[in-house]
Amino acid sequence: MKKQTITVIAASALTTIVVIIGFILLMPIIGPRYLHPLMMGSQPVAANLDTSTSVLSDSGLFRVSYSSDPILPPLNQIHTWTIHIETVDGKPVEQAVITVNGGMPQHGHGLPTSPEVTQDLGNGDYRVEGMKFQMPGWWEVRFNIAANGQSDNVTFNFILE
Amino acid sequence: MKRVYLIVGGVILAVAAIAFWVQDRQTSWSEADTAMLRSLWIGSLPALPPDPSNAFADNPEAAKFGQKLFFDTRFSSNGEVSCATCHLPELMFTDGLPLANGVGTTTRKTMSIVGTAYSPWLFWDGRKDSQWAQALGPMENPVEHGGTRVQYVHLIDEVYRADYETIFGTLPDFSDRTRFPNIAGPVDDSSARAAWEAMTPEDRDAVTQVYVNMGKVIAAYERLIVPGNSRFDKYVEALLSDDKEAMQSALTNDEVAGLRLFVGRAECTKCHNGPLFTNNDFHNTGVPAANGLPADDGRASGVQKVINDEFNCLSQWSDAGDTDCAELRFVTSTGEQLEAAFKPPTLRNVAETGPYMHAGQYATLAEVLQHYNHPPLAPIGHSELEPLGLTATELAQLEAFLHTLSGPLNVPPELLQAPR
Repeated sequence: MKKQTITVIAASALTTIVVIIGFILLMPIIGPRYLHPLMMGSQPVAANLDTSTSVLSDSGLFRVSYSSDPILPPLNQIHTWTIHIETVDGKPVEQAVITVNGGMPQHGHGLPTSPEVTQDLGNGDYRVEGMKFQMPGWWEVRFNIAANGQSDNVTFNFILE
Repeated sequence: MKRVYLIVGGVILAVAAIAFWVQDRQTSWSEADTAMLRSLWIGSLPALPPDPSNAFADNPEAAKFGQKLFFDTRFSSNGEVSCATCHLPELMFTDGLPLANGVGTTTRKTMSIVGTAYSPWLFWDGRKDSQWAQALGPMENPVEHGGTRVQYVHLIDEVYRADYETIFGTLPDFSDRTRFPNIAGPVDDSSARAAWEAMTPEDRDAVTQVYVNMGKVIAAYERLIVPGNSRFDKYVEALLSDDKEAMQSALTNDEVAGLRLFVGRAECTKCHNGPLFTNNDFHNTGVPAANGLPADDGRASGVQKVINDEFNCLSQWSDAGDTDCAELRFVTSTGEQLEAAFKPPTLRNVAETGPYMHAGQYATLAEVLQHYNHPPLAPIGHSELEPLGLTATELAQLEAFLHTLSGPLNVPPELLQAPR
């Protein structure tokens, strides 16, 4: 092996060492989180989180869907949802008694407001007033639905950005 | 010789790589972070929301009249206190004191009025639900303005009759001092209260109507007090137009590092979000009681006060229709989350508006950040905070970032002083 080749290899190795040492020396200043997004420290949301706007209730009694006005639930703005409830075979569920709650599972707190179903719009549609979300992140909204002598719970998930 | 060249070259390359990487960190953001920065940007502040409870909110004459009342010290028990005594325009409408000082001393720090038109709840505990209802609270508070509504109505009659009648029509005749005593109102002072209770319900309502209108014109003025551009906003604007050079001239590396912490690991945007850097909700952050003051239960009492407030959105004095008052109709009125919960103040101009927390417990931003980094146990209820584990360098970067939120108000200069 030529002497010159050995010199080039040695210099390259030295350069690599300098770069690595530089990074190590800079670590306390820059923090590790910039080196990889996984080290950023944000709490993970389950990758398979179901964020559909139409879901089956826990015991499979009702199929429930929601729409928000505005279409994407806004941050810090009180607004209205409409939920639609039908039986699994597609018949609208009327005259249901519905309660609302929810919160942020990662933060352990509930909704900032106390929303209520204020109107039975007919055809299985119900107006939900007083919806509000005051933080970006993963929200759960749960409805307890009592109709036709039966009761069931349904949970919607969404990520507020 | 050649070996030396190679080594020097390698070192130069390494330094260049690090420098490029550092610069990239100053200007490159993920899509999610960019969305977050856009939401904090002043350009995301919507037009002033309507105030259905105040039919005069957008009346320019009302705003001019309101500005006069805001700066007039005659509306107090000692002739020395106006709204501007605690809300000084030159201090971003705060007073630089731990506890507000009117004719006496209160138990809370003066909140800024900047941007309060966007807030559904006013005061640290949200005990008022409109700017006009808020403005009337201190007027009859014994340690703030210390006066009474009948006293104020006589002043309107003597000094501001023309201003009043331009907006509201004929002012009722309050000249009969047996029906309308000099000092009377539903206040703590027993003789003023007795005089108020001796009045007929009709006379009391006539007085209260004028008093309410005072609040509504003050609110029409206060609505116009909104924040303006800061260096942070220039940075986001440059980011959104992909102008790396402008980004670098807007914020330093340390400030950008602080911004990354603010939207990331420090979790500030849980509560300080949106273009006003507040969600206007209520949170228990375990701030210790101020020296010499009893522990303060914050929203837990505040929500009961607003529900029972004679001037709330659903009251006879509000101009709102039944369906307008959604915040009040669907308010959460019970639950542990309200215990010692306080409203996060706007962080715009935060460096200019110390001391900090609801009773001015912390003199500096460094102390505030220390609190969030090592949260103490809450004196009442449960603190929502968890230790952040930030280093001293990171705390300094966060503080540097908070200073970039300073900027002049987006308000014509003639509104920032007593009217000529």
